[in-house]
Amino acid sequence: MHLTADTLLLMEVGGLLLLMSVLGRVANRLGQSAIPLYMTLGLLFGSGSVLSLDASTEFLHTGSEIGVVLLLLVLGLEYSPTELMSSLKKNAPAGILDALLNAVPGAIFALLMGWGPIGAIVLAGVTWVSSSGVIVKVLRDLGRIGNRETPTIVSILVMEDLAMAFYLPVLSAIVVGATWAQGFITVAIAVGLVLFVLIITYHFGSKISRVFNAHHPESLLLGVMGVAMLVAGIASAVAVSSAVGAFLVGIALSGQVAENAEKVVEPLRDLFAAVFFLFFGLQTDPADIPVVLLPALALAVVTMGTKVLTGYVSAARAGIGVPGRWRSGLALMPRGEFSVIIAGVAVSAGVDPTIAPFAATYMLITVISSPILARVTDTRWFKKRTSTVTSTSPVTLGGDGRH
Amino acid sequence: MGVRIERSEIAGIGVRHDVVTKSGQRVGVLIYRDDRRELAMYEANDPDAIAHSVSLTGPEAEAVADLLGHTAILSQLSELGSDVVGLFTEHLILPADSKYLDGPLGDTKARTRTGVSIVAIVRGTEVIASPTPDNRLEIDDVLVAVGTRKGLDDLVNILAKTNN
Repeated sequence: MHLTADTLLLMEVGGLLLLMSVLGRVANRLGQSAIPLYMTLGLLFGSGSVLSLDASTEFLHTGSEIGVVLLLLVLGLEYSPTELMSSLKKNAPAGILDALLNAVPGAIFALLMGWGPIGAIVLAGVTWVSSSGVIVKVLRDLGRIGNRETPTIVSILVMEDLAMAFYLPVLSAIVVGATWAQGFITVAIAVGLVLFVLIITYHFGSKISRVFNAHHPESLLLGVMGVAMLVAGIASAVAVSSAVGAFLVGIALSGQVAENAEKVVEPLRDLFAAVFFLFFGLQTDPADIPVVLLPALALAVVTMGTKVLTGYVSAARAGIGVPGRWRSGLALMPRGEFSVIIAGVAVSAGVDPTIAPFAATYMLITVISSPILARVTDTRWFKKRTSTVTSTSPVTLGGDGRH
Repeated sequence: MGVRIERSEIAGIGVRHDVVTKSGQRVGVLIYRDDRRELAMYEANDPDAIAHSVSLTGPEAEAVADLLGHTAILSQLSELGSDVVGLFTEHLILPADSKYLDGPLGDTKARTRTGVSIVAIVRGTEVIASPTPDNRLEIDDVLVAVGTRKGLDDLVNILAKTNN
């Protein structure tokens, strides 16, 4: 047998992807997201485990970076600037409530754990943002896309994603440990850049999209991926965070270009996003987990509760009935890609390494339990308890007895 | 008389329009980004939740819309005649193999032979009211005919005559 680094790479990556495919099918059968399974697979093979996969680490690391770019690119492609604006206008209070109720517990918890103010900002982000990917998938699986509470849920997710465009640069600047003056300047540049792109896209979006030919899939694919990676790299270099760069590229493209670009990029996004979660698991030492399990569980319970409250109150504001309010609350519980991205940023910049396994455990707890809990509202027990409509007798036409 | 329509945007997914009837029931039409459509009915005791939904492709949605539009026009037209004794209104579909297809309405000699008046031709969503004998009959035309029971039955037989 002639084992070089390349052959090992092929075998390791191939084997992992094959395993992930099987896990994905299992998850699909169980009505669950595959993300926890990908991460668990990474944990099994990761640092400190029996079988370490050295040949593929660098490739998977790169794949993971591309995964972040594509996740955020597709997220941006899905939203049009008008949708962002109208979500903001209609539901701004809900977004603010969401931030207050969910970011604060994370910050407090980090301070209690002794991770300092930077850790507090990191954990605030981890507990704040719900996973759009997991939530939309669950809503689709449960046939709730057409429900009247769904626009409320989705607009909260949109505002969180928008907020991340400002939060991530701020986080990157802070985590780098710059002085107050430097940090402030970086943050100001980042925020200014994001606002600039948003405004330009809102007014000149169609002109920007004309750079690409929407009807030639190959050149569109190469072009969109190229610009996303390029901008992400530049963004990362100026401490605005690669994720935000990719997100802004997605937002900047609109119309037919955005639609077709999403179609061609999606399979690649699926592949590299899976690698992203796998790699995060690979990087985490499973031995670190038992220590953080109970605190992660405690924080998960608290912040899942705050999400339920957020959803409940926001839906009530939108005029949704009681069952719909509970559905909104329970739907918002899972955390996902952003929490992992934020934890990754923190760790790579040298913040307390315990944060990574903590964030991973926390995220897994929410992602696994949320789809199950979301189904509670479909049970007969729940429906009986929340049924508010009293039976009304049918309206009779004409009182003279003639039919 | 306006119909109450509510519009909700579902960011990143599509748009939903709800028609709220006078009796308070709600019919939702979802249009996804990829042009799929869904017709949704909501639960009686939980008006926010979908009780049942039907997925429709673009052509299927058009067909449903056509049928709904059709019967709306036809039911308006058939308000005629029901008060007058012995007079009936019928909507006769021109058979695809009729010998009168592609020919002028006058060739049927409907009034001479059966006494039936053809008061309108419904073509798709278009209504040709008070057609003249020169109006051509096209495929899938629906003739709105007013006459006696016997006259209408005779007209059906006449229209069914083929070229063989």
